[in-house]
Amino acid sequence: MQQRVIFKSKTLPYLLVAPQILITIVFFLWPAAQALYQSFLIEDAFGLGSEFVWLENYQTLLGDEYYKDSFIRTIFFSIAVTAASMSIALMLAGYADRVIKGAIVYRTMLIWPYAVAPALIGALWVFMFDPTLGIWTYVLGALGFKLNYKLDGTHAMTLVIIAAAWKQVAYNFLFFLAGMQAIPRSLIEAAAIDGASPMRRFWTIIFPLLSPTTFFLMVINVVYAFFDTFGIVHTITNGGPGNATEILVYKVYRDGFMGLDLGSSAAQSVILMAIVITLTVIQFRYIERRVQY
Amino acid sequence: MVENRPILRIVTHLMLLLGVVIIAVPIWIMFVGASHDGVRMLQVPTPVLPGGMFWQNLVDALFGSGLEGTETAPVWLMLLNSLIMALSIAFGKIIISLLSAFAIVYFRFPFRMMCFWMIFVTLMLPVEVRIIPTFEVVANLGLLNSYAGLSIPLIASATATFLFRQVFMTIPGELVESARIDGAGPLRFFWDFLIPLSRTNIAALFVILFIYGWNQYLWPLLVTSDKDLYTIVMSIKQMLEAAEQTPQWNIIMMTALLAMLPPVMVVVFMQKLFVKGLVESEK
Repeated sequence: MQQRVIFKSKTLPYLLVAPQILITIVFFLWPAAQALYQSFLIEDAFGLGSEFVWLENYQTLLGDEYYKDSFIRTIFFSIAVTAASMSIALMLAGYADRVIKGAIVYRTMLIWPYAVAPALIGALWVFMFDPTLGIWTYVLGALGFKLNYKLDGTHAMTLVIIAAAWKQVAYNFLFFLAGMQAIPRSLIEAAAIDGASPMRRFWTIIFPLLSPTTFFLMVINVVYAFFDTFGIVHTITNGGPGNATEILVYKVYRDGFMGLDLGSSAAQSVILMAIVITLTVIQFRYIERRVQY
Repeated sequence: MVENRPILRIVTHLMLLLGVVIIAVPIWIMFVGASHDGVRMLQVPTPVLPGGMFWQNLVDALFGSGLEGTETAPVWLMLLNSLIMALSIAFGKIIISLLSAFAIVYFRFPFRMMCFWMIFVTLMLPVEVRIIPTFEVVANLGLLNSYAGLSIPLIASATATFLFRQVFMTIPGELVESARIDGAGPLRFFWDFLIPLSRTNIAALFVILFIYGWNQYLWPLLVTSDKDLYTIVMSIKQMLEAAEQTPQWNIIMMTALLAMLPPVMVVVFMQKLFVKGLVESEK
């Protein structure tokens, strides 16, 4: 927690922490408190006054079919993105761990999508899957499949999931590979001498020893799917068609900035904060303990 | 590799190549799109091989006034804005985190734990969650449409503070003692010992934060309405909306390519620092 040897000063430490604490209060704690306060208010139709209503916004939300749909959609979306990107990354890392020559080249070629902004991926996806122009629409059309993400909600959801997973493979790959390379070679060699095939070694030695990494990545990926995919949804589908790709974070934005329903939007923000805080606590309490194997 | 299995070796390389191709194909299409003229991009099927208009498109995108029917600034200006934002966020975060980590590790003062926890909770509040109230704060402070409004709200960071705290904790206490005996005060120690000792950590973190800052999307979308302050990543949305009427995919793809290039270059050429920064900052 702290160094054994310390300096003594009455004012210096305060000056040192001041910038960070100031920014934290002004841009984090104050807005968070505002969100919490606003979530207890309902503004009248003209935005002139507001009324303190306790939990009414939350009650309305929980009874709201659209919100429930959006919640279920977000959970489905984050599971799909997490499962797709993690399994592909695990497989690639498993192979990359075996390579001796050219390992760095492969790694470079697989990790760079980490640096591509979600919104840019969205733009690229719009171009590739445009209902009339898109190259992949054309290829699929030649195979007898009519793709139109602007009309079909399932198509839109699938495209958004693929886009989000495509980007996240890089991150997961890097962590899986690092985890695998930290496993002592002697363990794997001993198993090989005992006659275990590569496949068997992977599932009985490497994969179980990776479990702290896997668990950590699961939390990170869910957070990513919940929040960082805003750019992807916003550029590709705008939440549509209808509400087909309206995930929670998009709904906060849409209700707050487009619908100007500040009370409801604030209540949604508070629920999202609760979700992030839960995930962070899980990550800190549970994973920290399991990392020691 | 533990044993020699030629078939498995071939499969390994094939699978990895397949992965590389799946990752690379969308970018290839982006590159091809950026190298044709606007008319060709409206004929189905769109091309899969590069055309000869790459340099022309590059010049048009960089110095033109954006797409017809959009209100974006020329790309060079947006690249500059992105650079300013990314650098302010990266430097800002590193500086305030170094200072606060130094205070928390090397001083004992009332409210030390409270400061620590206040920083800790920011870990849990991504911008997306608190957009509307944060937007209001920034608006009230008159920071809309300014570089300060773009970067300062994103500067506070628990991860960087924790990272530096961990680095400082590994520095032996004897070093502090001997520095003190030689008459170095806290600021001198900070400057002459801590900064040089955590140089690689700073560099690694810088790489990650630069990418983080460069790729910001929702925040610039909210706080800028003056097109001279648009960042390149957020401008893509306006271009796409314009594309609904008059698609100029060659220019859009060129812009996307230019927006992608700086952070990707950072990852490719500073790979060691990037990997170090990523693994460390997530601990």
